[in-house]
Amino acid sequence: MPRSVKKGPYIDDRLLLRIEIMNSKNEKKVVKTWARASTISPDFVGHTVAVHNGNKFIPVYITENMVGHKLGEFSPTRLFRGHGGKLADKRSKAR
Amino acid sequence: MARISGVDLPRNKRIEVALTYIYGVGDTRARQILESCGVDPNRRTQDISDDDVNRIRRELEKFKVEGALRTEVSMNIKRLMDIGCYRGLRHRRGLPVRGQRTHTNARTHKGSRRPIAGKKKAPKK
Repeated sequence: MPRSVKKGPYIDDRLLLRIEIMNSKNEKKVVKTWARASTISPDFVGHTVAVHNGNKFIPVYITENMVGHKLGEFSPTRLFRGHGGKLADKRSKAR
Repeated sequence: MARISGVDLPRNKRIEVALTYIYGVGDTRARQILESCGVDPNRRTQDISDDDVNRIRRELEKFKVEGALRTEVSMNIKRLMDIGCYRGLRHRRGLPVRGQRTHTNARTHKGSRRPIAGKKKAPKK
């Protein structure tokens, strides 16, 4: 179920504050954040946000298309290395 | 024969059903269109006058159907893939996008099974 429209989008306050300060100073620095649930607001466009994925921070450069998505969508938490691999290959060749 | 927005409508079906052969028109929309054109949904496609067909055509122009709708859908998917978000990644890998399980099932999106090398078939009894 989507979030109630009445509440408006959830944007992490501290993150928004830091972005706004950077916007007023006209500077661009990478902001580290854990706020994966935060919606990307139009103010974020052009900045790079390092979004935590549970292991490390994934740098995400925000473009206009991303507005309305959540930060976590751009920082995958799972790494799929594939099934089998070398081990499975060797076994099939030996036969 | 009625040809609407590049699709041949089946002649022997009820017009209400025949309209759903157009991509972007389902049961609901077909019924709405017929109601606003004043055409009986139970009549067969072949029995419908050219006048009525033209009226249906005009009514259909209000909606995005066929090619235009298909491009819109594929553009939406392309956008997701370009921005590198989770849903885009799932589309790229051909896996289900909306959090369904992939341990089993998920065959609609993944396509038919690919054989795995070295896997034995279960012995017949």
